[in-house]
Amino acid sequence: MGERQITLEVMRYRPETDTEPVFQTYAVPCQEEWVVLDALNYVKDNLDRSLSFRWSCHMAVCGSCAMVVNGTPMLSCKAFLRDLPDTIQVEPLRNFPIERDLVVVLDDFMEKLRSVKPYIVPKEAPATPDGTFRQSTKQLKMFKPFAMCINCLACYSVCPQYGLNEGFAGPAALALAHRYNADSRDVGRKAREDVVASNVGIWECTFVGACSEVCPKDVDPAAAIQQTKIASTVDYFTDLILPGRKVKGGPGKAAGGKA
Amino acid sequence: MSNRPYVRPMAPSWYMQEGRYVRYMVREVTCLFIALHALVLIVGAFRLSQGPEAFNGYLQALWGPAGILLGLVLLVTTVIHSCTWFNLTPKAMPLWIGDKKAPGWIVVAAHYGGWAVVSLVILVLVGSL
Ligand code: SF4
Repeated sequence: MGERQITLEVMRYRPETDTEPVFQTYAVPCQEEWVVLDALNYVKDNLDRSLSFRWSCHMAVCGSCAMVVNGTPMLSCKAFLRDLPDTIQVEPLRNFPIERDLVVVLDDFMEKLRSVKPYIVPKEAPATPDGTFRQSTKQLKMFKPFAMCINCLACYSVCPQYGLNEGFAGPAALALAHRYNADSRDVGRKAREDVVASNVGIWECTFVGACSEVCPKDVDPAAAIQQTKIASTVDYFTDLILPGRKVKGGPGKAAGGKA
Repeated sequence: MSNRPYVRPMAPSWYMQEGRYVRYMVREVTCLFIALHALVLIVGAFRLSQGPEAFNGYLQALWGPAGILLGLVLLVTTVIHSCTWFNLTPKAMPLWIGDKKAPGWIVVAAHYGGWAVVSLVILVLVGSL
């Protein structure tokens, strides 16, 4: 395999010395099969040990290496150099404070993720003798695509509503809320609504749809949020027409939740 | 967290900076023309209530050069607004057939079909067909 020279323009921010981020350019000799993360590691190993970035698995599973490459957020371990021009600009994810270089502060997302109860709130013990829940193929398919999220936060980087509105829970947290709402084993939907259907939840989303376009795992957060809007609206009007109805925790018919 | 995290401000012109945001703004802004379209029709109903002369004046205005230009602008923007929303419907309303999720185009096609049927019924009702 032949060597190719690329120019890597990396956004740097060193809080001890920089007042604002600046681009630094590195000439990187690279192999055709490399990804952007390999080029960054080449810089770290051979040119500049002070460059900071997060990564772990190098196989699009851990979600830690997402960054903005030539304007679009993506996993740098999946961004093949052969698909990119000779000059590649790399920035940290947008809409997050920069901790250092390509490392962003994730505290806000962690807090929001926690707020939507991203875990199964189980109904009473399963009736099967072995103590496990039975799920049909359809019940599994209802939530599986939304369970593929690896918390890479590429979706937050392109979401203008998250950038404009600090409180907004954002695409991945709301997609995960939907993932658990849509799970037949779960009865946590009502408890999640405090955040999900509030003024920091689904109604802040204006369906820009950019989240779904950049998601490396095809999670489709935009779809999750619109479906939650419909479910929440149906809930609201049903409550209005049938006040005091017995509230189901689960997401309705398909999930068969019982309270 | 470092003591000095750097917050990059969002540019006020963020919606002009990427094709996807421009497309989104076009979808959103065209809703104003839908409102304008509705207003034109309401004015028509109002003029109708004022008698044949008033209504003929309204029709003449619509068939004048400015009226035709307005009609064209409203037609194009209404079509853009409707089509961009129709194309998004599978995300909000996934269709399940048995335990399989149906392809999104079926949901989109159903919307276009509904649109065609409603248009046909209206055209028949007003006697154009
Ligand atoms: S929804 Fe997709 S883009 Fe957003 S954090 Fe999860 S995997 Fe990443």
